[in-house]
Amino acid sequence: MAEIVLLPKGKIGINVEAEVIRPDLMAGKPKAEIEGMRVWQGPVQLPLKEFFDVDVRGAAAPEETTIIIDGDVSRVKHIGHGMKAGKIEIRGPAGMHVGAEMAGGIIIVEKDAGAWAGMEMKGGLLQVKGNAGDHTGSAYRGSWRGMTGGQIVIEGNARSQVGAGLAGGQIVVSGNVENFCGMRQGGGLIVVKGDAIRGVGAEMAGGNIAVYGIIRQFSPGFVEMGREENPKVGDFPLEGMFVKYTGDYAISKNPKGLLYSKEV
Amino acid sequence: MAATIIKNGYVFDPLNGIDGEIKDIFIKDGKVVASLSGAEARDATVIDATGKTVMPGGVDSHSHVAGAKVNAGRLMRPEDHYKSVRAKTDITHSGSGYTVPSVYKQGYDYAAMGYTTVFEAAMPPLEARHTHEEMRSTPILDMGAYMVFGNNWFIMRYLKDGDVEKAAAYVAWMMRTHKAYGIKCVNPAGVENWGWAKNVHGLDDHNIHFDITPREVIRGLAEVNELLGLPMSLHLHTNNLGHPGNWEITRDSLQITSGMDPKNKTEVEWAETKENARRKQCVYLAHAQFSSFGGTSWRDFGSGVKGLVDYVNGADHVVIDNGAVPFGPATAMTGDGPAIHDLYMLSGQKWANCDIELECGSGVIPLMYLKGSPISAVQWAMGLELLLLIKDPWKTIMTTDHPNGGVFTQYPQVITWLMSKKARDDTAKECHKWAYDRSSLGGVDRELGLYEIAILTRANSARTIGLSYRKGHLGVGADGDVTVYDLDPTKLNVNDPATLMQKFARPDYTVKDGQIVAKQGQIVAVPKGRRYYCRPYLDDTLEKEMLVDVKNWFKYYTLGFSNYPVPEKYLTNPVPIQVNKPLEAVVRR
Repeated sequence: MAEIVLLPKGKIGINVEAEVIRPDLMAGKPKAEIEGMRVWQGPVQLPLKEFFDVDVRGAAAPEETTIIIDGDVSRVKHIGHGMKAGKIEIRGPAGMHVGAEMAGGIIIVEKDAGAWAGMEMKGGLLQVKGNAGDHTGSAYRGSWRGMTGGQIVIEGNARSQVGAGLAGGQIVVSGNVENFCGMRQGGGLIVVKGDAIRGVGAEMAGGNIAVYGIIRQFSPGFVEMGREENPKVGDFPLEGMFVKYTGDYAISKNPKGLLYSKEV
Repeated sequence: MAATIIKNGYVFDPLNGIDGEIKDIFIKDGKVVASLSGAEARDATVIDATGKTVMPGGVDSHSHVAGAKVNAGRLMRPEDHYKSVRAKTDITHSGSGYTVPSVYKQGYDYAAMGYTTVFEAAMPPLEARHTHEEMRSTPILDMGAYMVFGNNWFIMRYLKDGDVEKAAAYVAWMMRTHKAYGIKCVNPAGVENWGWAKNVHGLDDHNIHFDITPREVIRGLAEVNELLGLPMSLHLHTNNLGHPGNWEITRDSLQITSGMDPKNKTEVEWAETKENARRKQCVYLAHAQFSSFGGTSWRDFGSGVKGLVDYVNGADHVVIDNGAVPFGPATAMTGDGPAIHDLYMLSGQKWANCDIELECGSGVIPLMYLKGSPISAVQWAMGLELLLLIKDPWKTIMTTDHPNGGVFTQYPQVITWLMSKKARDDTAKECHKWAYDRSSLGGVDRELGLYEIAILTRANSARTIGLSYRKGHLGVGADGDVTVYDLDPTKLNVNDPATLMQKFARPDYTVKDGQIVAKQGQIVAVPKGRRYYCRPYLDDTLEKEMLVDVKNWFKYYTLGFSNYPVPEKYLTNPVPIQVNKPLEAVVRR
């Protein structure tokens, strides 16, 4: 096991774009090399040590390497972007795009995460213990193919467009979501333990969504299929009595999307 | 300006009949010269091309690179941009976009690939200003744009009345007014019907209100073209494009101009060429692949190329570009609004559509050509069949109809397939079995050589659009546009497609007007290109009569008549080409 500890140096002004903070890029590298890795801040490239004190404890393969970010990195974007292995622990809030396009490994954010967390994720686990922003686990703007695999766990609330264009994988939100959760979904599973505002599953053609709380404005293109008690969605068990809908007939004549809404 | 010598390369210059001879190319003041004086040679920039292939700079005669629909493609596809980026350097701008790059990136990418001249294939008159604005911001390349006329109200009205001369007066005035280079005809008579959610499906279908048929429009515009004597022939996008079984209407459309006499009445100085550099064709068929579908539905869909090729092989008045499909993401954009709507109904993707008042229309959708898709696989085979089965390379031009069939940066891949049977067979193995089952490509052994590639990518594209008075060859007086590929023709191994492709993608040098603009893919200079357009003239009296009609119907436009023209200040280094002046007497029928 090896640990790389990044300690933020004071407040960051313009957001820093730090795709280099990835266990599979940093594993086995000496301190000086990690300190010298380049990150963008606005139009200039700077070494990582401008923003972090670096402490390297041992050297190991990426799978055995943990990056610990000990502080507030809410103004650092793209942490773990595209990572394939290893672990990142963020002991504070994280900025936008954390875990975007990650394909393997684990990211744990102890506080809130910014927008686009786990965007177009392919594999691995992203866990956010606080709230997440907009576009969690969604497709990039303009694209209709989002996350294809892996798991996102949000213990707080998430905002709009959770899992937009979801094609595979699983997103579980313990709190509430806002608008257009599962929009254009084609596969995979989204579970919302709290409430949703509107547009749940809008234009979905496949995949599953389950909402435990209240959907304030239900999408009009869904048709009721019946009621099920403790249904299992794939291997994910839901608890309680659910009304099952299929849709969205607004986009297709033969949609395969399933929406479970818990009876309250 | 200092001189440049490209020394000792194997030169491929088809318009001068030079097929791989070792030669030096001398350029002075931006033009090819026969020799340099001792002093000039001493100060010249010398490029050592020993063991390398030297060709004239690439000429793309059909690409969608500027204007409203191109920009619509950029705007509706942010996902096309975020993974395809280009960082700025000391002399270049940043840019982004894969299938529809930003204007700067387009210019750099073309130049890095050895192309120096690119023509925008469809400029609606009302969008001419926008088109010229984008071309103004495109670095390095020499450019021009063809104007869309096939569904223009004035054209349809005059041609219905049988008044070809008045139609010609209108075209002449429009080309001068909007700085257009040639006549483009898109789904003649059909796009007008699209305003009523309809189309035309046969050459003798009459459209709504104007009551004109595609046959009359094609015939009329071709006559207008030769009456004025434009440098290029009519550029045709046929009816029923993208529909199974359309190869027959395509053949019949080409027949319409059979027997017409190509006339180039431009006043330009012709650089020296051994071969005849004047166009022979009366019709230049755009992206033939999309117009040679076989079958009757998507179930029995297959290549209809053979039927079309049989006709083209026996005809002397036709040039085609193929519109290859090299697989991957694309953005379909055309003035053929109904064709794009039909594709949208199949893909269910996002869709943009525009009605351009009294002139034309357009549509844009994202597309993805997958090797595993039966339709895409056949289209891939068809694009290559067209260039391999038409015997005379002087009837063919290689394009991808960028970005409809594929992206221009995939040209090296298409060239590799044309040069290597092994490359085709390797790809066919990865494709849906329809690729070879429903085309004849698997049985084609022909492999094009470098001389033929030079015809397909520069000599014939330049000749077809009447630009061979200065482009597409290296005769004395031609523009000093040269591409040096790191390919030794004596050691060419077409069974190594990956290397071949890489060499075509990244030439050692791209030289424009004698100046090195790109070196192994790096942009090293960013001169401003020229903008070509035609200034045809007809009869003054006729023009006055015609303008009365235009002003009368201008009440249907959403802008004022005085705001219609595009002044020359929108063009960088404008090169107006005088056509038909002194005036040839017009006899009205």
